Amino acid sequence: MNMFIATLLSPLVGGLLLAWIRNPELAAKLNILTGILTFSCSILLSLQVVGHDAVDAMGGWFHLDAYNVFLVALTAFVGMTTTVFSRPYMRHELENGRLDTGRMRLYHSMYQLFQFGMLLGFTTNNIGVLWVSLELATLATVLLVSLYRTPASIAAAWKYFILCGMGIALALFGTVLIFFASSAVIGHGNEALTWTVLMQHASELDGTVMSIAFCFLMVGYGTKVGLAPMHAWLPDAHGEGPTPVSAVLSGLLLNLALYALVRCKMLVDGATETDMAGHIMMGFGLFSLAVAALSLHKQRDIKRLFSFSSVEHMALMTFSFGIGTPLATFAALLHMTVHSLVKSAIFFTVGHAAQAMGTQKMAEIRGLIRHHPGIGWGLLIGVAAIAGFPPFGVFISEFLIFSAALESYPWTTVPLLIGLLVAMAGLFRFVQPMVYGETAVQARPVHVNMSPVYVHLTLALLLGLSIPAFLADWYHQAAALITMSYSAAGDVV
Amino acid sequence: MIISFAQQLIDGLAALMLLVSFALLAQHRMLSVLHWFAAQGVLLSITAAVVAYSSGHDELYASAAMAFLLKGMLLPWLLWRVIRQLHVHREVEPLMNNAVTMMLALAITLFAFHVIHPIENISELMTRNTMSIATACVLLAMLMMMTRKKAITQVVGFLAVENSLFFAAIGATNGMPLIVEIGIAFDVLIAALIFGVFFFEIRNTFDSLEVDAMQASLVDKDDES
Repeated sequence: MNMFIATLLSPLVGGLLLAWIRNPELAAKLNILTGILTFSCSILLSLQVVGHDAVDAMGGWFHLDAYNVFLVALTAFVGMTTTVFSRPYMRHELENGRLDTGRMRLYHSMYQLFQFGMLLGFTTNNIGVLWVSLELATLATVLLVSLYRTPASIAAAWKYFILCGMGIALALFGTVLIFFASSAVIGHGNEALTWTVLMQHASELDGTVMSIAFCFLMVGYGTKVGLAPMHAWLPDAHGEGPTPVSAVLSGLLLNLALYALVRCKMLVDGATETDMAGHIMMGFGLFSLAVAALSLHKQRDIKRLFSFSSVEHMALMTFSFGIGTPLATFAALLHMTVHSLVKSAIFFTVGHAAQAMGTQKMAEIRGLIRHHPGIGWGLLIGVAAIAGFPPFGVFISEFLIFSAALESYPWTTVPLLIGLLVAMAGLFRFVQPMVYGETAVQARPVHVNMSPVYVHLTLALLLGLSIPAFLADWYHQAAALITMSYSAAGDVV
Repeated sequence: MIISFAQQLIDGLAALMLLVSFALLAQHRMLSVLHWFAAQGVLLSITAAVVAYSSGHDELYASAAMAFLLKGMLLPWLLWRVIRQLHVHREVEPLMNNAVTMMLALAITLFAFHVIHPIENISELMTRNTMSIATACVLLAMLMMMTRKKAITQVVGFLAVENSLFFAAIGATNGMPLIVEIGIAFDVLIAALIFGVFFFEIRNTFDSLEVDAMQASLVDKDDES
């Protein structure tokens, strides 16, 4: 399990080193290097884990199964490409005087600390530590959101801090309640919060306590997932922070919160032997989808626009995990992957576009395809991908979610379809003029590195054309794992 | 039914905890809010020590010491320094008048008892009665966060939520495992430090610690066209 330790240590050590490096150019290179190292380790780690059912590391403190090792690899991958993107982007911000070298140091070290929090959260076997690491990742991103120290960015970071602080406190209360139920069965100690042990005893846990716990966890982690009506922090945090941060917030942090929620749902399903948890998740999912789809139409800021699109997609995943059949879970996992890839690619493009035009206001961004063809095409293709056009992966996953809904809860397909269409219209009414429109304003030349965008979009395209066999197996394994308790409950109901 | 002395003591402490939560909500002056907040921290550490003594969970002594140092001394002192340097010890301006807040608080307490009381019986611990009080305290502290305008009172509300959660963990389960407890304390400490930095940033940027002023800068973003 040396690979595992390396995966976890690489961002931690990288972050500590970066805190001491004053030269921004050197720091950016080291940041990329750390990203590459973390990703390589995570790939080797996944290769070790995939063959087995589940692996415990370091005396049972960490647990790796098909579900989380795939998220570890995804996190490390997006984390790596974001470091590549952030080098020219942050250099541009530095040259324009929006940041100084001290802030750059803070940025690089907090970025790696965030990455460490994410990986720790995905791999830990203790739901208490999961909470702690989610909080750690949140605190690191609070500092990143306020990086520019403009009034709006400080206000956004404050709002993020207070709302997520409150949400995450509720999640902690839910965790306390789980411990309350489990310590009565398993006894007082670390085992009573250890996920693998909890899962074995899930059916013995008191159903009423677990239901109440789930309500707190749903609202708590749901705040972090960005579900309506607790999503108020999300557009502000995405809009005001530096773009690499928006990319990892949307592409990664929201995933960790949803991961935590699904882990807890598995326990609650086992304890209550009903679909209560799933139904609550479906309700939140549909409501958030509606709110996000309508909010998309009111936006003026380009980054806020795409942050609402993230709310929409997280809502879809929550809904799909809520349905809970193997097909729905498979679809949700696939959607999580392609959304992370495509959304971070879009944020990379948006970041360059905003730098080229010197503004984030959509009304002033025009004619991208004319003066910056690379950015223009990147944005157009990215939006086509996220809106669910074939042949991109999002189309496949949304289609699967739709089929799963049709199979289990046919009536939900109506709001689902309307929501998706309204959201797609919302995206295109803004993107069309930005890409094709005429502009009198002279665009600035920017140093652009589009390769991360192309890599992400190509992967999303490949996932849409044909999912490689090993990956499909992987998703199946993960889906089987997550729905294990579902099928047990299904027999009883 | 014979109730042991330790149990009576714990029930008494729980009642005091609820009282402090109400007192925090009712205060008008910044300084008295801080006093009550410090009192809550000390109360917590006493509760942890009593539970540690009566249940024989030695690791709870560590929690008690941590609570006393962190929540009873360090955090109130840090906040006190901030309000002195920023000269904000005047009035706390609540969003609603006190009578309405108190009525709401009463309703919340009743709700917490209604939801949690039935599930207390699954536990064999003698501290299980405190569970509904702890829930009420969590919700009351959230009410405090929601009904205050100043950034600094929001933070006190946030830390009071954290205190109540700690109380819930002691009451419901005789404390979370130590590793989790340490992790949580660490996070709270970092959060408090970030809050401290933020106060000065907010003050410099907005010339006030009113949340409304901050919110305005974001609303402008939405409305400009």
